[in-house]
Amino acid sequence: MKRFFGFVKKEFQHIFRDVRTLVILFGLPVVMIILFGYVVTNEIKDVDVGIWDKSRDQVSTEAIQKILSSGYFVLAETIDHEEEIESLFKSGKAKVVVVFEDSFEKRLLRENRAAIKLITDASDANSAMLVQTYLQGVLANYFKSVNQAGTIPWEVEIKSRMFYNEEMTGVYMFVPGLMALILMLISALMTSVTITREKEFGTMELLLASPLRPREIILGKVTPYVLLSFINAMTIILLGFLVFDVPVVGSLWLLMLECMLYITLALSLGVLISTVSKTQQMAMVFSMLGLMLPTILLSGFIFPIDNMPGILQWFSTIMPARWFIVVVKNIMLKGTGFAFIWKETLILLGMTLLFILAAVKRFNIRLE
Amino acid sequence: MSLNVNHIDKSFDLTRALKQVDFEVKDGELFGLIGPDGAGKSTLFRIMVSLLIPDSGSCTMNGYDVVSQYRDVRKIIGYMPGRFSLYMDLSVEENLAFYARVFGTTVKANYDLIKDVYQQIEPFKKRLAGRLSGGMKQKLALSCALIHRPDVLILDEPTTGVDAVSRREFWDMLKKIQGEGITIVVSTPYMDEAEMCDRVALIQKGTILDITNPLEMGDDDVPLFALRSDRGVYTHLDKIRKLEECRSAWLFGDELHVTLRSHIDASAVVSTIECWNDPSIRWTSITPSVEDRFMGLIQEEK
Repeated sequence: MKRFFGFVKKEFQHIFRDVRTLVILFGLPVVMIILFGYVVTNEIKDVDVGIWDKSRDQVSTEAIQKILSSGYFVLAETIDHEEEIESLFKSGKAKVVVVFEDSFEKRLLRENRAAIKLITDASDANSAMLVQTYLQGVLANYFKSVNQAGTIPWEVEIKSRMFYNEEMTGVYMFVPGLMALILMLISALMTSVTITREKEFGTMELLLASPLRPREIILGKVTPYVLLSFINAMTIILLGFLVFDVPVVGSLWLLMLECMLYITLALSLGVLISTVSKTQQMAMVFSMLGLMLPTILLSGFIFPIDNMPGILQWFSTIMPARWFIVVVKNIMLKGTGFAFIWKETLILLGMTLLFILAAVKRFNIRLE
Repeated sequence: MSLNVNHIDKSFDLTRALKQVDFEVKDGELFGLIGPDGAGKSTLFRIMVSLLIPDSGSCTMNGYDVVSQYRDVRKIIGYMPGRFSLYMDLSVEENLAFYARVFGTTVKANYDLIKDVYQQIEPFKKRLAGRLSGGMKQKLALSCALIHRPDVLILDEPTTGVDAVSRREFWDMLKKIQGEGITIVVSTPYMDEAEMCDRVALIQKGTILDITNPLEMGDDDVPLFALRSDRGVYTHLDKIRKLEECRSAWLFGDELHVTLRSHIDASAVVSTIECWNDPSIRWTSITPSVEDRFMGLIQEEK
């Protein structure tokens, strides 16, 4: 045990003395979160808006004036047919269409309620979400001000509808996706590089010629990264909450456990990579091309899996990140319990065991 | 027997790195392995420390087989690879403490053993290993290899790239370590270091040419002569080699060293040389060094 702790201590010394390692370890996750955060909280300006005013009364006209004078929106076209909405989106003339139902003012005065529909082109999920929030804000302000005299508050029902991406998966997908990507990158890349570094610098020769067992070497190398990756996972969750307002609806404990499982998986992949690469550079290329790109492209992080060609869909099933994203989405966003994610967890567990076995088996006790 | 190397063969692809290497090292001996770069020294050492498996033959370290009982072998050896293999980003004392822990001991427990070596670098113990000079690196590496009081110390070219003074000091330290009852096997490309060993094996192209006691070299029955000339001896090399009496001849610094078939031939050679029209030429009988021995053996191989 003393031997093991001596090893872990040495590993921490390596990490904390290498500025590059520290930057990748702690800078990268924060920078990525902030970058994505910036994209999401980006101010909107001069958004093209289509108007379909079925009512054409005083209130609706004034509401439209308010929208167009708010500074955020520019009138693209006024329309009066359902089909024109789609053609506005397809031609890219408008990002959003505001629909006032007929007899808008009358309904308000008589029934105290009326409806407005906001239809957004959600192919760019982030900005669609923002546009809706802004529009809702502008309209809410207006109705509050015109109804100051009224005794009974008006109920203006604002129905939002997203075209092309109805569930608005994009915004929230970033946090689970980012988590899957960063953990994979840090864990696999860092471990594979740190192990191959020992090979490259010749220090592995001394470690091998010592009484250390392979599992002691591997565990000693990996343990610090388990801790640091776990801290990273927590940082991402925290920043996600602060920057994206993405709450953890489900159990935080379950989420942490799943994160640990995924980190272990990524680390064993890193060890496996180190056993097949002779230099740090090779390990880096393997990690980047073999893990990072597929994680970004095939895990459903950016491109929906359902839209992929069959062979890529099949290929995505062997991406650990795909299953992890499902797990995190379920726990974080939907708040589901273990009963709904046991299958994904089992797949991740199976992959982890497979990688560990392969890594230990491939780890050489000699130089050749 | 501390080390028993038994008819080892080892090939890499098409190169035969070791051919039927066979020797023994006695308990407490300081054994040298001398040969030029690429002779197979490092390969042999790696087999001895269980890092490579021989194609055929066997090797035992204190009775433990380096292939089947490699775990036992790794406990009793102290190994210093040819390349500096410590952590450049750790300080001197951190490196030492790490290797002590790896072998399940502490720096304190074996301080007396490494004291002589370590004291010389102790003033720099907070310095990172990567910022040490060559001589200091080598002392640190030796301290790390010794920290667990190994039975056998295996040093692969420890003095390569180290200045002459440090080299001298290093060999003095090895003598002291030997005095502690530790068997030492050391390789070097420098012939002059052979004299510090109890016995040396001369290795060339994967073959052990000879195993000898460097101090008993002079008793050899092959007579050796040195030929010197102010005009340079290079032009004489071919002529000497063509002589019937000459067994072998080679350049040695600015001299020619020549072995003859027998002592009786010496006078015949002297009279031949006198006809070469070189008044500055001198011919003297000398005592062979390890290098002469080695060169002679290589010449005869050809």
